[in-house]
Amino acid sequence: MLTYALYFAFGCYGLGLLFCLWRIAKGPDSADRILALDTMVINVIALLVLYGIWRGTAVYYEASMLVAMVGFVSTVAYCRFVLRGDIIE
Amino acid sequence: MDTLAQIELEPWAEYLVCFLLVVGGLFGIVGSFGLIKLTDTLQRLHAPTKATTLGVGGVLLASISYFWLAEHVITFHELLITLFLFLTAPITANFIAKTYMARNMPPSDVPQTEGDYGWSIYDDPPPPPRHSSHGATPSRD
Repeated sequence: MLTYALYFAFGCYGLGLLFCLWRIAKGPDSADRILALDTMVINVIALLVLYGIWRGTAVYYEASMLVAMVGFVSTVAYCRFVLRGDIIE
Repeated sequence: MDTLAQIELEPWAEYLVCFLLVVGGLFGIVGSFGLIKLTDTLQRLHAPTKATTLGVGGVLLASISYFWLAEHVITFHELLITLFLFLTAPITANFIAKTYMARNMPPSDVPQTEGDYGWSIYDDPPPPPRHSSHGATPSRD
């Protein structure tokens, strides 16, 4: 039963990634694209943690932590660039 | 390929982990579906920043309880990721809202600040106060 629950969660987050990709392709404003990229990063974190449960190893926490940090920094940098025309003033 | 088959969980433990996984997956897909369902950008800001963060929290709780119940190892890495996401989601939402406002909303749509300076989105930051070399009160000219 745990396997099917894992498959369900995998499917949910994979479908979420597709939704984010659609919003990135369509999004009328750059704020939409930044938001969709941030949501993609969150979905990838969830997928990494789910893969760690599936394989039964604790290796993937560090990877998901790194993805979380890089995602946050990149979102802030992208917003700064659109907002002020420069990242570090 | 199925690596979960070697470990046998108690039934209640399996129900708990499955419940957390399903709830986390549902919240995650609700957040991502709101991204394409809602019509306005500022409405769209609500779905991923709240629902998806909750969904990831559910998945991380499932991970903690699985490794605790199956391998009897209590880990706190996942709590770190949860804390990081809960801290950064409001900052990200604030930045994206500011980006949208700076590009799409004229300053006449926002109320006045009732202060000395205008909104930081539209106006330049005020000049830093100049201190004299003797450390006295800053001169105002």
